[in-house]
Amino acid sequence: MSGDSSGPVGGPNSAAGAEPAADAQPAPEERPQPAGRRNLEGIRIDPAVEAEHDSRRAVISALVEDEPGVLARVSGLVSRRQFNIESLTVGPTTVDGHSRITMVVEETDPGIDQIEKQMAKLKPVIAVGEVSGNAVRSELVLLKVAADDPAAVHAVTEMYDGRTLDAGPHTITVQLTGNESKIDDALDAFDQFGIIEIARTGQTALARGDTPTVPGEKPGTAGEPTTRD
Amino acid sequence: MSDTAAQRRPDETDGADERAETDPPTDATTDESTPPDGEPTVGPVSTGSESVVAALEAAGAKTAFGVQGGAIMPVYDALYDSSIRHVTMAHEQGAVHAADAYGVVAGEPGLCMATSGPGATNLITGIADADMDSDAMLALTGQVPTDFVGNDAFQETDTIGITRPITKHNYFADAADTVGDTVGEAFELSRAGRPGPTLVDLPKDVTQGETDETPAPAAPAGTDTDPSADPDAVEAAARAIESAERPVCLFGGGVIKAAASDEARAFARDNGIPVTMTMPGIGSFPEDDELCLSWGGMHGTGYANMAITHADCLIGVGTRFDDRLTGGIDTFAPEAEVVHVDVDPAEISKNVHADYPLIGDAKQVLTQLTDAVRETPDAAAWREQCAEWKETYPLTYATPDDEPLKPQFVVEAFDEATDDDTIVTTGVGQHQMWASQFWTYTEPRTWVSSHGLGTMGYGVPAAIGARVAADTMGDGDRDVVCFDGDGSFLMTMQELSVAVREELDIAIAVLNNEYIGMVRQWQDAFYEGRHMASEYGWMPEFDKLAEAFGALGLRVDDYDEVAPAVEEALDYDGPAVVDFHVDPEENVLPMVPSGGANGEFAASEDQL
Repeated sequence: MSGDSSGPVGGPNSAAGAEPAADAQPAPEERPQPAGRRNLEGIRIDPAVEAEHDSRRAVISALVEDEPGVLARVSGLVSRRQFNIESLTVGPTTVDGHSRITMVVEETDPGIDQIEKQMAKLKPVIAVGEVSGNAVRSELVLLKVAADDPAAVHAVTEMYDGRTLDAGPHTITVQLTGNESKIDDALDAFDQFGIIEIARTGQTALARGDTPTVPGEKPGTAGEPTTRD
Repeated sequence: MSDTAAQRRPDETDGADERAETDPPTDATTDESTPPDGEPTVGPVSTGSESVVAALEAAGAKTAFGVQGGAIMPVYDALYDSSIRHVTMAHEQGAVHAADAYGVVAGEPGLCMATSGPGATNLITGIADADMDSDAMLALTGQVPTDFVGNDAFQETDTIGITRPITKHNYFADAADTVGDTVGEAFELSRAGRPGPTLVDLPKDVTQGETDETPAPAAPAGTDTDPSADPDAVEAAARAIESAERPVCLFGGGVIKAAASDEARAFARDNGIPVTMTMPGIGSFPEDDELCLSWGGMHGTGYANMAITHADCLIGVGTRFDDRLTGGIDTFAPEAEVVHVDVDPAEISKNVHADYPLIGDAKQVLTQLTDAVRETPDAAAWREQCAEWKETYPLTYATPDDEPLKPQFVVEAFDEATDDDTIVTTGVGQHQMWASQFWTYTEPRTWVSSHGLGTMGYGVPAAIGARVAADTMGDGDRDVVCFDGDGSFLMTMQELSVAVREELDIAIAVLNNEYIGMVRQWQDAFYEGRHMASEYGWMPEFDKLAEAFGALGLRVDDYDEVAPAVEEALDYDGPAVVDFHVDPEENVLPMVPSGGANGEFAASEDQL
């Protein structure tokens, strides 16, 4: 077709004067099509065995520069890219100017990989990675229950190693700490008194022993900087 | 062979290392205090603004595009004595697009400036555009004095908050002593690794503040990271390429940004691998090369889409596998092992799983790959197949006597009348697709468009930025042609005033169909022809409008008027606007409907 300019007008690619030559091109159903497929994550699959990834819960820890807006950068990233996040905590470290952000996310393996890579692109993020499964994790919960039966509330508080922070004529406020399953059990137990208000910090985590919490991070002793290798 | 050293853009030979050694500008801001080791120095300065300008000069910035305003006035005042050329634009959106296009053509960060509040918010579209297309750019915005920030002061807006998700990084300058360092760092960061826009918000008290701290010359960012890919990974990828029977290259915009077109061409030619490109990758590989299948995706060529669909090994370089390229991900190169070269690790397996991820600079990694592939893949039959598809599914259009002038014809007429180094800019829509389909691109940095964001109105300010860049580089003889739609042109045509005032030699071809044509096409295909808000029905007379601006204005309705008008527009020494009244019913084909399979592209309307 190209260069065929027999008609009155037409450029190098025009089928001068004629009906569009595209009409002569094979229709989609007349063309060979491959049998292969990819799944939603762009991974080649056997179409007969659709391999969807299950999502799982992961704890992501990031060492960041403690500068204005760093939390906004991280939370903005999470919302913009639609990462499914359950909690986010932030606090200072032993090094002036460094903070640690701990996020609990519910994502597929490729999703978790993307969170880590996208976080790593943020300029104030010094190091980021998934905290290994056997890390120590803990969360702090404050909850206020009705004080109709103070003795029973006290007993449940003791049972879960909690502390009573405030006891008034109508309400009792209790502090609980622990891992997720312990907190969930405790909340079930307190439910009988009627939970009036609750505030949870979300989980924070540190790797056990000599393992750095963020892969590549060099844990320091007090006063020494925790940095990337 | 068109990629001779003589034709190579100057930036393509200069790497980050050379940038560090670039001499400082030899004007009043550099003085006898240059130390013997040749390190660039700046200063002396007395205010934050002077520090900002000194840092820009030291970084090599030559041109800024912007609009004045209250909060940015101190910085403009410091520019008064600077070697940096400032082009005053009509609207901040014009400034940011011009800076973006300047950067694309010059291969260095574009620079734009605006005041606080509406000045800054008017930049947003262009910053987002640069972010989506990974274009290096620095935006400087004025801000109300620090004490007023957060109080809803006059022309205050949270520029940092608004631009956070659309910049590579942004900075709030908080002290006159450090503002120059911050600006220098932001300039370098914009071009480090994967390029992108950066922004520095400049409160007026900071830029007015006294300081005698001369900014330290900013170290080129990212030079501490290794630009080459892991050698073991390269070896593994090389084995996959060697054993491929149906290999296809997919060159993206990253090839051009990394100045790796020569390496990309050598890799494909040495190994006899057919080449497809993404739209931003246009120019990375010459379209008149027999290995070239042009670009793939929604309106890409049928043969590129067939090759991608049937490949058993896809070598993607500097591409993010955007949805306009991939179509439905389930049917994208479904049988191909994917080798993915990218400088940004986050792009690896983001959209398409990479079987062989190679993280590094495209220039370095392509060189590594070329060395590592020792046996040329046995792909003679595959090359024949690709050539056959080229015959079967040509890009074509019809010119029946009873139908109006076809827009594709206009694109071809300009291509034939100009040299290979001509720079083409576009708005967004049907005209953009025709300009990319029916022009034969052979050189990098000749195709300047809005890809990821799809910004209507990009074309005219981009032509201004491209013209200024070419002139700055000493390429005043290169033509700059802007293809625009009537809808796109109306969005930013006020920048014609700038082109006339600055005597910029550009030719603007408005492919006028009195429609938002791409929307009209979709309405015909998917909304039962209900032309809701896509039909203008009335358009100003663009030729007369051009004359009112002081530009050359022409109008064309028929085929025989095309060649003379093209010639007159190109010959005219200054901005020329040709209002081509083209067939309003013409559609862009081929087309892969959103989410459809690339291999099932519609070659004609009745295949949709």
